[in-house]
Amino acid sequence: MILQKKDILGIKDLSVEEIGIILDTAESFVEVSSREIKKVPTLRGKTIINLFYEASTRTRTSFEIAGKRLSADTINISTSTSSVVKGETLIDTARTLEAMNPDVIVIRHSASGAPHMLARMVRQSIINAGDGANEHPTQALLDLMTIRLKKGGVAGLKVAIVGDIAHSRVARSNIYGLHKMGAQVTVAGPATMMPRDIEGLGVEVRTSLEEAVSGVDVIMMLRIQAERQQQNFFPSLREYARRYCLSRRHLDLAGPDVLVMHPGPINRGVEIAPEIADGPSSVILEQVTNGVAVRMALLYLLTGGKQ
Amino acid sequence: MEKKKVVINAEGIDRSLTRIAYEILEKNKGIEDLVLIGIRTGGIYLAQRLQNKIEQIEKARVPMGIVDITLYRDDLQTSKRKPQLGKTDIPFSLDGRKVVLVDDVLFTGRTIRAAMDALIDFGRPKLIQLAVLIDRGHRELPIRADFVGKNLPSSLWEDVSVHLTEKNGVDEVVIEPGQE
Repeated sequence: MILQKKDILGIKDLSVEEIGIILDTAESFVEVSSREIKKVPTLRGKTIINLFYEASTRTRTSFEIAGKRLSADTINISTSTSSVVKGETLIDTARTLEAMNPDVIVIRHSASGAPHMLARMVRQSIINAGDGANEHPTQALLDLMTIRLKKGGVAGLKVAIVGDIAHSRVARSNIYGLHKMGAQVTVAGPATMMPRDIEGLGVEVRTSLEEAVSGVDVIMMLRIQAERQQQNFFPSLREYARRYCLSRRHLDLAGPDVLVMHPGPINRGVEIAPEIADGPSSVILEQVTNGVAVRMALLYLLTGGKQ
Repeated sequence: MEKKKVVINAEGIDRSLTRIAYEILEKNKGIEDLVLIGIRTGGIYLAQRLQNKIEQIEKARVPMGIVDITLYRDDLQTSKRKPQLGKTDIPFSLDGRKVVLVDDVLFTGRTIRAAMDALIDFGRPKLIQLAVLIDRGHRELPIRADFVGKNLPSSLWEDVSVHLTEKNGVDEVVIEPGQE
């Protein structure tokens, strides 16, 4: 199977077939992470650079582990300790790295479109680990994989995505992905954090959590950033929690065997009640495990024989 | 252009497998610590058949696992086409075990080299033996089989394939002119 792509920049540019190839490959990588010796020699001698302009533990560690389990040399650059503090531009950083001949550059940046610019400029494969409010494709892929593994497929499922939709690249990538794979998506959250015309993406919009989760198969809760309170998107975290915190009574409204998902890190008691996050419906930790497998799959599929 | 030639039929395959099963038991003096590992995909069904035959003879089931060698191949960097990645499933420890690797056709030996590298990552077997249905020659590495169904000298321009009922609907070994 071939992935005819140089870069992974967004779910928007992936076909259903390509998503299928990535998820199938990822499923075969799950087993590698459960071995005694969690290493395969496949990417031996390849160099992967993780260029993270924004703080991240989860995604960055996941990419680092994925690269190392494939025997690649993985380098982490967190810009707070790099020449970026001396004022080096993204373009110069990219060109400098390109001159050291890595094979893949994984980039997270606060400006939407930064990975796309890099992809046009350097010959290496670029993976978008989150760009501004645009996309977080690897998160959506691991979410799709988790749903597929637990529910046997994605088509026809009803999925609710709840939270700060306007600022969430996770929501955006998931909406594209779920829609492509045939799921029915409902988004919910305070009207102040709901983008206008989001129905244009093929989703239904609700402002009440109870309505949103009625009869659904999957509930995806998004993290609320405390800073948004200062920016007056909601009056207080307590009020947000009162209306949008996922708890037992909401799960009772949802379909049987509903899956509870969250990209992490979770704010216990704000967007999700602790007993739900730790409860039997929650697949939050499986998402993390699948994340390593999906990233291994992407690194495997992107590298390989160059002409 | 000659079309494909069936060189071994279903009975032939079955008799070879029966003999291989007896040879495995003879060489290892029974089934103690014995495990079968089939190499995906050709070796899986053959390993299952050997497992059944051994069970008929010894009245006990030998553990069986499956190894996928795609991630250990030596040609991943030189070929853009990535082979379909399958799952490795070895639900037991290999430490101290006598592993019989099973594959359908032994050719250059590179698949076996990759399989051994994969197995070593799973533990430290006591020993590894190799059982193949067909040895077609043309080794590129110093690898040899312990148990061979048939030696089938072949030309490099030919393709030797083992068809099995489980995946192809029929049991037969065919030689046909190769596709590039």
